[in-house]
Amino acid sequence: MKYIYELHRTMLDKDLILIYEGEITQDITKSVLSMAERNMDSYGEQSKIKRKVFNVMVECLQNISKYAVPMEETSDKKNSAVFMIGKEDNSYFITSGNPILSKNVKDIAGRLDRINDLDKDGLKNLYKDIIKNGKISAKGGAGLGFIDMARKSGEKLRFDFEPINDEFTFFSLKTTIPRKLK
Amino acid sequence: MKILNLAGTEDTPKVILDKENELFEISGRSLPEDSAEFFAPILNWIEEYADDKNDETRFLFKLEYFNTASSKLILDVLSKLEEIEGVTVVWYYHEDDEDMQEAGEEFEELVELEFEFETY
Repeated sequence: MKYIYELHRTMLDKDLILIYEGEITQDITKSVLSMAERNMDSYGEQSKIKRKVFNVMVECLQNISKYAVPMEETSDKKNSAVFMIGKEDNSYFITSGNPILSKNVKDIAGRLDRINDLDKDGLKNLYKDIIKNGKISAKGGAGLGFIDMARKSGEKLRFDFEPINDEFTFFSLKTTIPRKLK
Repeated sequence: MKILNLAGTEDTPKVILDKENELFEISGRSLPEDSAEFFAPILNWIEEYADDKNDETRFLFKLEYFNTASSKLILDVLSKLEEIEGVTVVWYYHEDDEDMQEAGEEFEELVELEFEFETY
């Protein structure tokens, strides 16, 4: 049972305040949001920061519930994803990881690189262009989630891909929200 | 004309569209699983209202939070209102919520509608 203690130590060492592993649905999204909200309320986080964390969490969780690939084919697990929030002295970080189809890696990496190359005004223009000319996808997304995460955080989005096998890749994404806003 | 009245939930906004009493309001949080489905009756209501509108329409948005899929649908609502004469959009935001203020300003830039900004 030592792993329980080790997990607990890891959470403390890495400043993690919430970890969720499993399937992400709308109901779970709502529960995770309310847990994180309560947590931030408990140490009196300013509402401005709370709203930004909340924003990024929603886009992150809904991205996974809409786009993650079911894991049945890759292992005996269900639609398994991991979601974490951590709090450091100067920032919050929101991290997620989920399997995607390997053939989509290039497209996702390209979109994230493009977003990371833009400054504040560039992001605003891209947002306005997509909201005006884009269409809601079959999965119900507007194609604006990553852009919104970059805008609300004011920081670059960090991401990584770990191959699972030829067909599937594990996609990790980290957004940092400064606790002291510029 | 029939009234559209939806109670808010933790992931959908409160909606009141009432022509007789001149109440047009969307408020609260909007992060439904399927935004298009949630907003469909609102868009239909506005289309019907356009055929038999009041002389003036003050349409209130008092949103605390909305996800990106909802923002696309809010733009669709505004685009429908754009075609109706005498509409003013009243965009409420919490006084320390610059992101919500900015969101309103961006919508204002995207449509040809008169916007008023109010804080709470």
